[in-house]
Amino acid sequence: MSEMTTNHAIAAQIPGEDVPRGERRSYWANVRERLGHDPVTLFFMGVIGAAVGAALLAPWVAPHDPYATSMLARLRPVGTEGHLLGTDELGRDMLSRLIWGARTSLLMGILPVLVALVIGGFLGVIAGFMGGAVNMVVMRIMDVFYAFPSVLLAVAISGTLGGGMGSGLLALTLVFIPSLCRVAETAASQIRGLDFVDAARASGAPVYSIIVTHVVGNVLPPVLIYASSLISVSILLAAGLSFLGLGVSPPTADWGQMLSSLRQGIYMQPLVCALPGLAILIVSLSFNLVSDGLRQAMDIKS
Amino acid sequence: MTLDTVTGSAPVQATRTDLLDVQNLRVDFTSRAGRTQVVRDVSFTLAPGEVLCILGESGSGKSVTLRALMRLLPQGRSEITGQVSFQGEDVLAMPRRALNGLRGARISMIFQEPMTALDPVFTIGDQIAETVIRHTGVSRDKAMARALELLELVRIPSPERRLRAYPHELSGGLRQRAMIAVSLSCYPQLLLADEPTTALDATVQIQVLILLKQLQQDLGMGTIFVTHDLGVAAQIADKIAVMYAGRIVEYGSAEEVLLNPSHPYARGMLASTVSGQARDRDISAIPGSPPDLRALPPGCAFAPRCAFATDLCRRTEPGLTPRGTFGHVLCHHAQDLASPALVGATVTAT
Amino acid sequence: MMNFFKLQGPAARVAPRPDPRDIGGPRQPMLIARNLRKHFPITGGLLGRAVASVKAVDDVSFTVQKGETLGVVGESGCGKSTLARLLMHLVPPDSGEMIFDGQEVGARYGLRLRDLRRNMQMVFQDSASSLNPRMPIEESVAYGPRVHGMGRAEARAHAISLLEQVGLPARLFAGRYPHELSGGQKQRVNIARALALDPRMLILDEAVSALDKSVEAQVLNLLRRLKSEFNLTYIFISHDLHVVQYISDRVMVMYLGEVVEIGPVERIYANASHPYTQALLASQLHADPRNRVTDPPITGDPPNPVNPPTGCRFHTRCPFAEAMCSSTAPRLHPLAGEEGHIVACHMADPSSGHARAGRAGLDRLGMARPLAAKAASEPPCKEGLRA
Ligand SMILES: Nc1ncnc2c1ncn2[C@@H]1O[C@H](COP(=O)(O)OP(=O)(O)O)[C@@H](O)[C@H]1O
Ligand SMILES: Nc1ncnc2c1ncn2[C@@H]1O[C@H](COP(=O)(O)OP(=O)(O)O)[C@@H](O)[C@H]1O
Ligand code: SF4
Ligand SMILES: [Mg+2]
Ligand SMILES: [Mg+2]
Repeated sequence: MSEMTTNHAIAAQIPGEDVPRGERRSYWANVRERLGHDPVTLFFMGVIGAAVGAALLAPWVAPHDPYATSMLARLRPVGTEGHLLGTDELGRDMLSRLIWGARTSLLMGILPVLVALVIGGFLGVIAGFMGGAVNMVVMRIMDVFYAFPSVLLAVAISGTLGGGMGSGLLALTLVFIPSLCRVAETAASQIRGLDFVDAARASGAPVYSIIVTHVVGNVLPPVLIYASSLISVSILLAAGLSFLGLGVSPPTADWGQMLSSLRQGIYMQPLVCALPGLAILIVSLSFNLVSDGLRQAMDIKS
Repeated sequence: MTLDTVTGSAPVQATRTDLLDVQNLRVDFTSRAGRTQVVRDVSFTLAPGEVLCILGESGSGKSVTLRALMRLLPQGRSEITGQVSFQGEDVLAMPRRALNGLRGARISMIFQEPMTALDPVFTIGDQIAETVIRHTGVSRDKAMARALELLELVRIPSPERRLRAYPHELSGGLRQRAMIAVSLSCYPQLLLADEPTTALDATVQIQVLILLKQLQQDLGMGTIFVTHDLGVAAQIADKIAVMYAGRIVEYGSAEEVLLNPSHPYARGMLASTVSGQARDRDISAIPGSPPDLRALPPGCAFAPRCAFATDLCRRTEPGLTPRGTFGHVLCHHAQDLASPALVGATVTAT
Repeated sequence: MMNFFKLQGPAARVAPRPDPRDIGGPRQPMLIARNLRKHFPITGGLLGRAVASVKAVDDVSFTVQKGETLGVVGESGCGKSTLARLLMHLVPPDSGEMIFDGQEVGARYGLRLRDLRRNMQMVFQDSASSLNPRMPIEESVAYGPRVHGMGRAEARAHAISLLEQVGLPARLFAGRYPHELSGGQKQRVNIARALALDPRMLILDEAVSALDKSVEAQVLNLLRRLKSEFNLTYIFISHDLHVVQYISDRVMVMYLGEVVEIGPVERIYANASHPYTQALLASQLHADPRNRVTDPPITGDPPNPVNPPTGCRFHTRCPFAEAMCSSTAPRLHPLAGEEGHIVACHMADPSSGHARAGRAGLDRLGMARPLAAKAASEPPCKEGLRA
């Protein structure tokens, strides 16, 4: 026992070692705390929050009916009385359309990535952790999808399915699965080779328990960071699909769709016509910056 | 042995014949988080043909010291101050071009992992020849002949064949010999070796150590050899500098430092070597672990782990106490501890 | 072939303490490993077919008595870690069998793998990668017991008490993450985790090799104390002969996947009889500058385990090698007059036909220096040590 008391004394003598750290704090609590100290990320999370909030509350916050046309008030400039952000080529209120458009655009941005995250992440973890033949089969299938440029693939799938919001969502989801799967697979196969996984196996843990407690927790951070950066890509791709007439069909408000239909007015009201593009830019930029912030907050050594 | 306590950093006497004279070398790393002093008040001298071992645990600043001598630290993020004079030239004030002429020619360096220091896409022969051509401007044929000579010098078997081998085709020991050959390509006067044998197996390590010692003596090269292994230091060193938390805590001849250490850390390190320990007794280990350089204790950096520490040690940093003919000890109680009667006493955890 | 048990020499050199978990009785070895073999295929070509194999562990047999420490030494790549992983069944053996306390592992009526792993645990060399970086250390320690059905609160209390036992007061450490610990502290956590299932045997794979000397001494002291507190049996793998001498009761020397010598620690260090063991011992460095090694005990590097030399695998570096050494592989042979000391060298077998047959241990490397004389006349490195 005398040795043990010495050991206590040792620990207390070393500077920085005498800080009590007996309480467990989960990894995610630490991430939250680090995010709390990062004003830039917090600000852009606020921007995204505002966009999502406006989209959810569109019926209440939008000042006008987004579909009400007016032949008399077409392409009014920004700052027009009653139409804060002007009107579009059919005289519809731009602010209201942007708010309603956020619904579809954000949906098209977030949902495909979320679904792809679950499916791709699952496949990637299984492929990476199991290795061997399982890995071979899963990853070769992914490679087939990977071989096409994502825009081309999205256009092809959505075109084959006949356009519309549903097929757009499906197309985008399929486009994101391979890359998310690859990120998860890389992370999982690295972790598989580490000694702590062997230590878990050596303690008699079954495979599912090892995956749930040791692998998922370590694969999630890189996958989440990557997924958050994909959201902006998804918004842009969705906008592209709408622009090509493959996504949401008119008159449904959607930022990409709006950008497409407004292009005729570009010489008369350039600012108004640029607004949907600006909205896309701000939201994608915010997602990218939040993704950067997440990466820093999730780095265990910080 | 006369001992006078000198406060502050007593300059180590340099003589005209010194190859290298380092005075009050200090290295700071700066980052967004702030400044960290990694190496402080490092002073030593090296005569031609002499081997100095820098001995210390990992993180004590050995590699940083070695790299600072060649100004091989990341620019902008590090600040080197003090004096490094090599054959009378001030290395720290030297313009870039002159420095490049020095590196690889009059001063050269070998590392722990030759795989990272050798270029994987060129043959061993090409790499040696390239260095020779860059520094001497001889023809390619001449350079290749020199490369062959060097491989023979470091005793690589069937050198003609190895000249055309890529680094990955060689075993660990041969690769390390090849790197030594590269570093000797221009007959350097000073060889800086950073743990060159740490990654090698025991039977190979001893071969490389003996080779290095012999080459160093034959070529009259001054050598600074960084290691964490007392056995390696004992095998090769003329002088030893023991580093702890970025400072040289004990400096002297190999015999003095290893057989009659004065600094409590040096003594503790010797006492805690496992070799020849009684099997049924605990080893007298130094308690605790080395300090974080970003949060050093106010007094002596070793005080929290030291069995001889007093309030004085915990309050004020010790100055240098000379020992032996040229060495010094960085400890408030160096004088008391130097008494031979105490040599047997060890630092114990209990 | 020689009777295997005759080769294993004396029963327990250390009297085992009575243990309620004991099944086979004090004379039954804790572990018997017989003819373990693992060859890793090297795949090549377009189809990824096996073109060669790394003979990482080749026909290795040994026993570990209850309560003793078996030291395993050898240069890197000689198969020590692979042996440890084979024993833990982290990689499946190609062939061979294991008997743990009288029960055959994996046999139909024998010991199940899950029960083996409860009784035998391992500490890995790399203290950093052997802990989950995103898990507080207390949870890492509690994970094993949780998997074996212990309740959350109980597992936590158990983990805390283990952390205290290895010298990490829970008040200061329990909630920390691995990156908040020094190397020595991480290795203490790894030891606590290995003890969490209350095992009877620990395999320590280079458990102190990556630590600084002063910290290494602390951890060795800890291991000695835990061994008696928990009534443990150790297999202690290391490339450091000083450490092995300090901690082991018996020592097993490996070269290129094979066992070349096993014996009681004093006999190995006093009368090493395999030329490779002699070379290893003669290569040891001592912290005394007056006592320098001036001639390398042997020359060259260990050969590649993909194509190990024929016959005795050491013959390419052995100063005593004769023609027969490169054609016939020596078997483990008991050394005359030394109980429990066995050597795989033709010189140890009086009937082998080697010119020095029966003189193993008498002509010594580093004493007689037959090699040094040879080295003076020949070029110092042998040709063709490595393809
Ligand atoms: N490029 C660098 N930037 C910042 N800190 C560094 C750098 N290189 C080394 N350090 C720090 O300097 C200290 C000493 O490092 P080093 O000299 O490499 O130790 P060693 O004695 O093991 O060779 C360590 O704390 C290390 O973290
Ligand atoms: N999973 C593996 N696949 C292929 N080769 C391996 C594997 N693990 C080890 N080896 C090879 O087996 C040999 C023995 O390795 P190892 O058991 O790690 O040696 P040691 O622990 O003694 O250094 C080495 O040549 C190594 O390259
Ligand atoms: S068998 Fe022959 S080659 Fe092998 S160790 Fe003995 S003498 Fe040397
Ligand atoms: Mg270093
Ligand atoms: Mg190993």
